[in-house]
Amino acid sequence: MLVDHFIADGWRVIGPRAANGAIVYEPLRSGADLPKGLIDDQQPGSYRLTDGNPNRWFDYVVGPQNWKKWLFPAKQKLWSAEKTTDGFTVTAHEESYPKTVLFGVRPCDLSAIEILDSVFDNGDFTDTAYRERRQKTFIVTVQCARAASTCFCTSMRTGPRAKRGFDLALTELGESRDNAFLVESGSPDGDNVLTALDCPAPEKQHHDAAEKATQNAINDQSCHMPDDIRHLLRDNPEHPQWDDVADRCLSCANCTLACPTCFCSDVEDINDLSGDHTERWRSWDSCFSGAFSYIHGGSVRRSTKSRYRQWMTHKLSSWHDQFGTSGCVGCGRCIAWCPVGIDITAEAAVFAKDEE
Amino acid sequence: MALKGFETILAEHPVFKGFDHETLSLLAGCAKNERFRPGETIYNEGDTADKTYILREGDVAVEICCPEKEPIIIESLHGGDVLGFGWLVPPYRCMSHARAVSAVRAMSLDAQCMRGKCDENPALGYAMFQHWVPHLAVRFRALRLQLIDVYGCEVA
Amino acid sequence: MIPRRYRVVHVWPELDDVMSMELAPLDGPSPQFKPGQFNMIYPFGVGEAAISISGDMTDPGRLIHTTRAVGAVSSAITGLTKGDMVGIRGPFGSHWPIEDQTGREIVFVAGGLGLPPLRPAIYHALQNRKDYDGLTIIHGARSPDTLVYPEELTEWKSRFDTEVDVTVDHALPGWTGRVGVVTTCLDRALAGMDAVNVSAFVCGPEVMMRFSAQSLIAAGVPCDRIWVSMERNMKCAIGFCGHCQYGPDFVCRDGPVFRYDKIARRLGLKEI
Repeated sequence: MLVDHFIADGWRVIGPRAANGAIVYEPLRSGADLPKGLIDDQQPGSYRLTDGNPNRWFDYVVGPQNWKKWLFPAKQKLWSAEKTTDGFTVTAHEESYPKTVLFGVRPCDLSAIEILDSVFDNGDFTDTAYRERRQKTFIVTVQCARAASTCFCTSMRTGPRAKRGFDLALTELGESRDNAFLVESGSPDGDNVLTALDCPAPEKQHHDAAEKATQNAINDQSCHMPDDIRHLLRDNPEHPQWDDVADRCLSCANCTLACPTCFCSDVEDINDLSGDHTERWRSWDSCFSGAFSYIHGGSVRRSTKSRYRQWMTHKLSSWHDQFGTSGCVGCGRCIAWCPVGIDITAEAAVFAKDEE
Repeated sequence: MALKGFETILAEHPVFKGFDHETLSLLAGCAKNERFRPGETIYNEGDTADKTYILREGDVAVEICCPEKEPIIIESLHGGDVLGFGWLVPPYRCMSHARAVSAVRAMSLDAQCMRGKCDENPALGYAMFQHWVPHLAVRFRALRLQLIDVYGCEVA
Repeated sequence: MIPRRYRVVHVWPELDDVMSMELAPLDGPSPQFKPGQFNMIYPFGVGEAAISISGDMTDPGRLIHTTRAVGAVSSAITGLTKGDMVGIRGPFGSHWPIEDQTGREIVFVAGGLGLPPLRPAIYHALQNRKDYDGLTIIHGARSPDTLVYPEELTEWKSRFDTEVDVTVDHALPGWTGRVGVVTTCLDRALAGMDAVNVSAFVCGPEVMMRFSAQSLIAAGVPCDRIWVSMERNMKCAIGFCGHCQYGPDFVCRDGPVFRYDKIARRLGLKEI
């Protein structure tokens, strides 16, 4: 199938696999690595893979990891410096990123990648390493036909059906052994692959079935983000709910690691024992850590309350000011992977309810 | 002539400028001209606070003494400032040292005279309250800012 | 993302824990900067610190920084000596819009090490004094021995067209200058001004800037004619790392210089 086509064509294909009881995004050796027949049961603070229809390839939704780890690695070397007799020399780090297919990117995660694109090319500055990875990336989206109970892409308008941003998009049709896929192209690169695959043209019944799948994923969703959350959070920095959520939040940073758009990073200088060679590394960081807001004399955000407020207000409100969109794509990872089951949509609902 | 001069000085001062002519002339009756040489003590901590000063010219250092070191200047006052609050609050004692840093010209208001007039005339007492408290609040806020030692832990 | 190398050509002490240095570029000419902008300074193997540029912007070839030793990186910077090499990224950030204030009465309020980030704007105002209606520089420090750039303050004060008011929070008896917080000094200075024509640039600890802005507004200075410079944790300086977020703003890109009315609401919030 499609995965094998790309592998045969010399691409590195990163896609969903089942590992350690979860869906992860790792290199695939062949289409057989795909976790066919599995579904995920996700609840606040809970994630379990279970058996579903054995004929279905893509009934699970999103796993604990996300695609940013390939485009914006958790640890990356930026440059190195060597001591010389009269000072030092600096050498930029050149990485080799192979041409890569991200296979099975859900519409919410596709939006997250678009958001990261705007973060790392902010008008004044461009992260050239990120840009190079993006340029060498081919995205195959899988449209959702099912939603987990933690999903709320509909209210974030990021899914369950992506209309653009992908190179190819697949919609799995039917329940049987030989079920078909509707394949749509979203770019000239996608067109080329479609031509090479020589698929039969879709008919009305295929489009109808795809529409039905999308509707199914919409109907599955019970979580919703209030429409005016941007202004509700902006206008309520002293709302008592911040104290309430702070009593439950462990400030563990899981949500920021699971989030497909959280982009904060730290830099660290690593020296060898001689002190002659040093490297600058960038690694993921979280606004839930005390050191994150450290200025000389102490941290600005000392309380869990202020850190949760920073995270949620940034994600849902100030992100609009910074990048023109919400920073939330409704994937629900922060809900499932919160060890105490804090549900961002339930927190948001309190602000909306109090406004009424 | 002298009384008229005091009235004008009071009328131009931020604390007293809101008073009517009659009240000002009443207060001017408690006023007296004062001069201090550079280095001269104006009052000492513990002195009876029998006067408050409206500085017209020159600089005054308000100090608190520590036994083991040099006195610390906690505030400097200059032309236009009011020196001395002790007269307002029983037991009417000076709570710091005041020393002329340069040649100082001031107008003093006799505390007993002022308090007496306020006792006789509660409306004057209330007017004094209304005009003195905002001035005290400004000084109080400044002292709070001083208290936190803002420059203690700053970076460029 | 890659530092350019500079040679330390001159260092001189300012205070016990504060030093200034002049840097000369090794990898191409030093870029133009605007007053209030900062550089990320990299002493080899230690890390980077955001330090404002405190020299004259008409002479960008002489890059001057004044640094206080407070952490590992700034201590390494203050330990640099003539001939050492450092890495520089920058200049970054917004600037004091001094060039746009022609015809106005300019007030600089510098608390402690808030003076170095203002100095390039002060230089500009002094060099172009005739463009402005008035020029007042107020500098507050903890004590007389922590006044920054004391010789220059005296030199500026000696000009007939410039008011310089210096005040300290505490002093010993030898001190004949002002004792009191910077806002008291500011209130006095403002009393003689046409407040609606004032443009004020305030730099120092956040509390001091808040109180100064309140004094300026109470005197009648329009709140859109007051600028302050904010400090937050700075790692990348280019808006990627997220550390310096201050509400919707990245202090590294949208700041450090902010117009007061744009951030006034946030200034009163705790732990923002």
